[in-house]
Amino acid sequence: MYQWRMIRSATAILSFFSKASIAYTFVETEASMAAASFGVSSAAVQAVKSSASPLPSLPVIRSEARPISGRINRSRNAGKIATHAVAAQTENPASAASKPGHEVLLFEALREGLEEEMERDPRVCIFGEDVGHYGGSYKVSKGLADKYGDLRVLDTPIAENSFTGMAVGAAMTGLRPVVEGMNMGFLLLAFNQISDNCGMLHYTSGGQFTIPTVIRGPGGVGRQLGAEHSQRLESYFQSIPGIQMVACSTPYNAKGLMKAAIRSENPVVLFEHVLLYNLKERIPDEEYVVSLEEAEMVRPGEHVTILTYSRMRYHVMQAAKTLVNKGYDPEVIDIRSLKPFDLYTIGNSIKKTHKVLIVEECMRTGGIGASLTAAINENFNDYLDAPIVCLSSQDVPTPYAGTLEEVTVVQPSQIVTAVEQLCR
Amino acid sequence: MACSATAKIIHNPLVLSSSRSAEKYESCCKISGPSSLLGSKFLGKKLLSAKSAISLASRRSGAVVAVSSDVVKEKKVKSGSSAASNLLITKEEGLVLYEDMYLGRAFEDMCAQMYYRGKMFGFVHLYNGQEAVSTGFIKLLKQEDCVVSTYRDHVHSLSKGVPARQVMSELFGKTTGCCRGQGGSMHMFSKEHNVLGGFAFIGEGIPVATGAAFTSKYKREVLKEDCDEVTLAFFGDGTCNNGQFFECLNMAALWKLPIVFVVENNLWAIGMSHLRSTSDPQIWKKGPAFGMPGVHVDGMDVLKVREVAQEAIGRARRGEGPTLVECETYRFRGHSLADPDELRDPAEKARYATRDPITALKKYLFENNLANEAELKAVDKKIDEIIEDSVEFADASPVPARNQLLENVFADPRGFGIGPDGKYRCEDPKFTEGTAQV
Repeated sequence: MYQWRMIRSATAILSFFSKASIAYTFVETEASMAAASFGVSSAAVQAVKSSASPLPSLPVIRSEARPISGRINRSRNAGKIATHAVAAQTENPASAASKPGHEVLLFEALREGLEEEMERDPRVCIFGEDVGHYGGSYKVSKGLADKYGDLRVLDTPIAENSFTGMAVGAAMTGLRPVVEGMNMGFLLLAFNQISDNCGMLHYTSGGQFTIPTVIRGPGGVGRQLGAEHSQRLESYFQSIPGIQMVACSTPYNAKGLMKAAIRSENPVVLFEHVLLYNLKERIPDEEYVVSLEEAEMVRPGEHVTILTYSRMRYHVMQAAKTLVNKGYDPEVIDIRSLKPFDLYTIGNSIKKTHKVLIVEECMRTGGIGASLTAAINENFNDYLDAPIVCLSSQDVPTPYAGTLEEVTVVQPSQIVTAVEQLCR
Repeated sequence: MACSATAKIIHNPLVLSSSRSAEKYESCCKISGPSSLLGSKFLGKKLLSAKSAISLASRRSGAVVAVSSDVVKEKKVKSGSSAASNLLITKEEGLVLYEDMYLGRAFEDMCAQMYYRGKMFGFVHLYNGQEAVSTGFIKLLKQEDCVVSTYRDHVHSLSKGVPARQVMSELFGKTTGCCRGQGGSMHMFSKEHNVLGGFAFIGEGIPVATGAAFTSKYKREVLKEDCDEVTLAFFGDGTCNNGQFFECLNMAALWKLPIVFVVENNLWAIGMSHLRSTSDPQIWKKGPAFGMPGVHVDGMDVLKVREVAQEAIGRARRGEGPTLVECETYRFRGHSLADPDELRDPAEKARYATRDPITALKKYLFENNLANEAELKAVDKKIDEIIEDSVEFADASPVPARNQLLENVFADPRGFGIGPDGKYRCEDPKFTEGTAQV
C-alpha cells in the first residue's frame, strides 16, 4: 500500500511537472557519485526557483510547490549506493558549508570549464550566436566576453555553416575554437562543415592538420519547444568518421567533459540538453577532467543493465527508485561517450547481469540505441540471456502539444515495465 | 565619376558573352576615361599602361567600390621617359613568373597524359589557361601566408611551393604524396607550405580561408604576436552563387579579416554558363555590397593580376580588410578529364587561346628585352625535367600499405575508443589495418 501510494504521488508529481512551464527538470542524481569520490556528498538537486523550504535531508524528487518529505526514500537508499567511488552520504544542511567543493548549476559548470580552459590556453576561443554580449542563450558564456574580449568570445552573424567552417580554418591554423550552436538543431545547417571538414580533414590531409574544435549546444526534447527545436542530432552525426561525440548529464561530468573536449586534439561534439541546464550539484574545487571515452557507472546492480545518456538518465533513475521498491536491482550506466562506445564498462556490466535495456531520447530509427544494440549484439551476444530491449523516442516530429510531447519520449513507467518484462 | 557608372559601359551583361574580345574591350576602355578600373582590357599587344590604377570611387551611400592604388600611381609619376623603368617587373621576377606558369601548364598536361594511361583515377580538374591567376597572386605570398583552393588545386599547390613530386605522387595515390595518398586530386594539403586544401564541394573552402584569416587577426590582437599573414581564397564563378560565399564576405568585411577572395571566373561551371545561372554576372559588384572593394581584372594577363594582387594583399597585410577580386579567365580544357566539353563554343575557345597567358608573358618579356628565347627555353627544359622526375618518383613510390588505413582518422587515436578488453583500441598493434573491430 505504502509503495503504491508513493508511486501514485510520484506519478502525480511527474504529471504536474510535465505541465509546468518551467524549463528545467526536477530529478536528483544519485549519481553524483563521481563527486562523491572526492569525499563530497551527492547533491540534492532542486529547482532553481524553489521556495524557501530548506534542503531536505535526503535527495528527493522535488517540484516547485510540493517537496516530498524524506521518509519515502529512507528505506530505499540504505546501503544501496556503492560504486567505485566513495559512497554518497546524505547531505545535511548544517554541514553543507563545511563540505569541500562548491554548488553549481549545470550551465555554470560548463562555464567554469570553459573559463578555466580559456585561462589556461590563450588559443581557446568561442564562436557562436549571442555568445558574447548576451552571454549565451543559456548563459553558458556569461561574463566571458567582458573578461576576454570580443575576439575571443566572438558573436557571429547567423551563418552556422560558415562560422563552423571558420572554426575549422582557425583550428587548422593554430587556434582551439569552441563552436556553440544556439540549439543543436541549427547545426544541421553546418552539417557540410562538420562532416566534410571537421570530421574528414585530418584524414584527407594525411594527418597534416589537426582540427581541435569543440562543437557544443543544447539539444533534445524540451518543454513544448516544437519539432525543430527538439531534435537529437547525435543520431545524424554518429556516422561521421573522425569526430567524437559525448553527452553530458550532470554538472560534474559537464565541466569535466567540456575541459576534456577542449583539450582533445580531435574534433568533439558535446551534446547538452535544454532541460538539464539548471541541475544543481556540488562539484570539486580542484581542477578535474573526465575521460571522453569512458562511460559512467551511475548505480551498480545485479539484475539488468540499463544504458542511457543525457536526460534519459533521470527518467531511468526515477524508474530505478520504483524498481528498487519492487525488488529489482538495476545497474544504470550513463554511456556518456556516444561515439565511440565504451564497450569495456558496458561489457563488464552485461557479463554480470546478462540483460540489457537501452533507454535513449533518439528516434527509434537509426539512433544511438540502434547502434548500441548492434555493437552489443556483435560483441557480447554470448552473454545475453534475452534480446536487447531498446526504448527510444517515437519516430515523429516532436509535437507542440504537451500531452503528445510527453508520449514521444520514454517515460519512467515504460522503463519500469520494460525491466519487469526483461527480468521475468 | 563613379566606378559603377564606368562599369556599366565596360561590362554590359547583355554584351558580355561576345564582348570578351580584344576589339570590344579596347573601345570600351576608351569610353571609360582616366578613372578606369584596374585591369583595363588592353591585351598583351600593348604595354601595360599605368592607367591600370584602381581609383577611389565616390563615396555615395558609403559603399566602397574600389581601392586606390598608390603604388602604381607613384610609379607612373616617378618614372622617367625610358620605357624600362615603366615596367612592372624586373627580369628576375619575369623569369620567376614565367617558370611558375610553365610549371603549372606542363604539370597539368602531364596529368592528362597520366590519367589517360591509367595512372590516376577519379575526378581530375585541370587548370590549363588559368595559370596567370595562380602565379599572379601566389608568387607575392610568403611561406606563412595561407592558400585555400577548390578541387582545381594542383597549380595553386605548385605555385605555393609544394614540390611537383609530392603533388604527382598524391595524384597517383602513393604514400609519398603530400597527403599520403589519402586526399587525391581534389584534396591537396601542405602544412609546410600552408596550403589549406583542396576541397571537393564548392564553397566549402571559403569559410576555412576565413578562419585562417581570423587566426591571423587573433594572433595579432589577442596573442599580441607580430603577425601579418594573409589568406587567399580561390574559387570559381559557380561558387559565387553559393551561400557560404556571401556569408563569408559578410564576416570578412565585418571583422576586417586579412583575406583576399579571388574569383576565377572562367564563365563555366561544368556545363552551366555563368550567364545562365547568375542574376547579375558581374561578381566584383558583390564586394561593395558587403563593404569591401570589388575589383575586376583580366585574368589572362599575369602582370595585371599581379598588380591587383599586390594592392589587395597589401590592404590585407595593413589590416584594412578583405578585397574581392574577380579574375576573368578561361580554362582551355573541360571541367575535368571526364568532361567531354561539348557545350562550349569552339569560337570562344579559339578566342581565348589567343590570350594564352604564357604566350602573353613571353611576348612581354621579349618586347621589353627582359629575356631572350634561349633563357626561356632553358626554363622550359628545366621544368620538363622536373615534371619527368616527378612522374618517375611517383611511379617508383610505394602504394599505401594496409596498415595506413585508419592511421590518420583521429589526431588522438584514443578517439577510437575502448574495446571490450578494457584497452584503448589504438593500443592494438593491428588496429590501423581496419581488421580490428571498430
